[in-house]
Amino acid sequence: MMNNASAVQAAGLRVTRGGHPVLDDLSFALPRGRITGLLGPSGCGKSTLMRAIVGAQARVTGELTVLGRPAGHRELRSRVGYVTQAPSVYADLTARQNLDYFAAVLGAPARARAAAVEQALRDVDLTSHADALTGSLSGGQRGRISLAVALLGEPELLVLDEPTVGLDPVLRRDLWALFHRLAEERGVTVLVSSHVMDEAERCHRLLLLRDGRLLAEDTPDDLRRRTGTATVEDAFLHLVDEARATAGAAVTPLRTKATP
Amino acid sequence: MNAARKLATARRVLRQLAHDPRTIALMLVVPCVLLTLLKYVFDASPRTYDSAGAALLGIFPLITMFLVTSIATLRERTSGTLERLMSMPLGKADLLGGYALAFGAVAVVQAALATGLSVLLLGLDVTGSPWLLLVGALADAFLGTALGLFVSAFAASEFQAVQFMPAVLLPQLLLCGLFVPRGAMQPVLGGLSDVLPMSYAVDGMSQVVHHTGVTGLFVRDLAIVAGCALLALALGAATLRRRTA
Repeated sequence: MMNNASAVQAAGLRVTRGGHPVLDDLSFALPRGRITGLLGPSGCGKSTLMRAIVGAQARVTGELTVLGRPAGHRELRSRVGYVTQAPSVYADLTARQNLDYFAAVLGAPARARAAAVEQALRDVDLTSHADALTGSLSGGQRGRISLAVALLGEPELLVLDEPTVGLDPVLRRDLWALFHRLAEERGVTVLVSSHVMDEAERCHRLLLLRDGRLLAEDTPDDLRRRTGTATVEDAFLHLVDEARATAGAAVTPLRTKATP
Repeated sequence: MNAARKLATARRVLRQLAHDPRTIALMLVVPCVLLTLLKYVFDASPRTYDSAGAALLGIFPLITMFLVTSIATLRERTSGTLERLMSMPLGKADLLGGYALAFGAVAVVQAALATGLSVLLLGLDVTGSPWLLLVGALADAFLGTALGLFVSAFAASEFQAVQFMPAVLLPQLLLCGLFVPRGAMQPVLGGLSDVLPMSYAVDGMSQVVHHTGVTGLFVRDLAIVAGCALLALALGAATLRRRTA
């Protein structure tokens, strides 16, 4: 598992908040140029894990390597794109002005900036709303501006926290097509979280997270095969039940990390 | 420090303001209206108008910039854009410097309008050069921006941020020498007045009212105001964290 093919590598990763563990002893790897889905119920630690990877999370212990550097290294700041759950863009700027500013922060020279902004707007299909005030757009449109910001500067790793929540089916399909295009054509590594299990089928690999622990790290096909289930949702439920049974029988703390 | 990123930040802040013409109008017009009001309140005692008017020319930009900056940075913190910027290659000094530049530019316009109106139309009589009033007003605006940035770290909502204005600025207003000369205050209050930055903002302006040319005290007062602003800015920078719990 320890090789250069991994964009992100974690071993014994732990995060505490208020003295309590939020993430407990996570070890996994994200292969380069692939889409990995981070799945699990609300509050299981998905956002915390993503914040740890982009270097926004305090009190992270264990090993966490991102693109060959320790997570949060200053050199990574222009190589990793990050989209939070709530759209983090300026409501009192237009979409274009938002993108223009963040492109400047990423260090794009003034000449190249307009083209980069146009490309990002096209990627998220917002060219027609480019000059509307962000605050007057719908929640889904604001989310797409936020996503477009993360696409600026051609990041090698994209960390997307529930980017498809609240979007209509057509848009969701288009965004997933975009993620695949980014992975296949530009070699971008994508980590995308969701609590909607049917999105899991669109990922190359999955991390199943529950209560801050890793339940499984596998491809959707192998996960279903291994658990003898028809959908990833059923596989997830199967693993949760299995973990409960083990914990109940042995009366030991949960040790449920399955290895593929 | 990166000049391009700092300028981009300043341009972004000004663009945000440009989408909010009512705020711009309030920032520019309200001080002028208040100064005009002051003129007629002190119609019978022009000397009082001269000293109070000059002091207020320093105090208005301080208050306006404090309010605008504390709300703007609070929004930056709560909207998630600060977290995003901190995950990008933007230095804290570039962010703070960008804000200071943008609001500084607004302060120049505000101070120019207020000073111009007072000296040219309302007949504010100062011994020194009106340009020195402008310089003083700018230093005070800078102090307001820096204090606003600093206190925004302690506000969790816009309600709290607005309440910091009376909490932080009104005691300074009472003790700065506008109502009672600083020398005539009780020793304890005088001592308190001596350690509050707004006192020096007002002292500096009164130097211009009473003396021709740039006095040593004017320079000292200005240096104290700028020093306090830099200190608040440094403390504000310390509250910007790349990693948060």
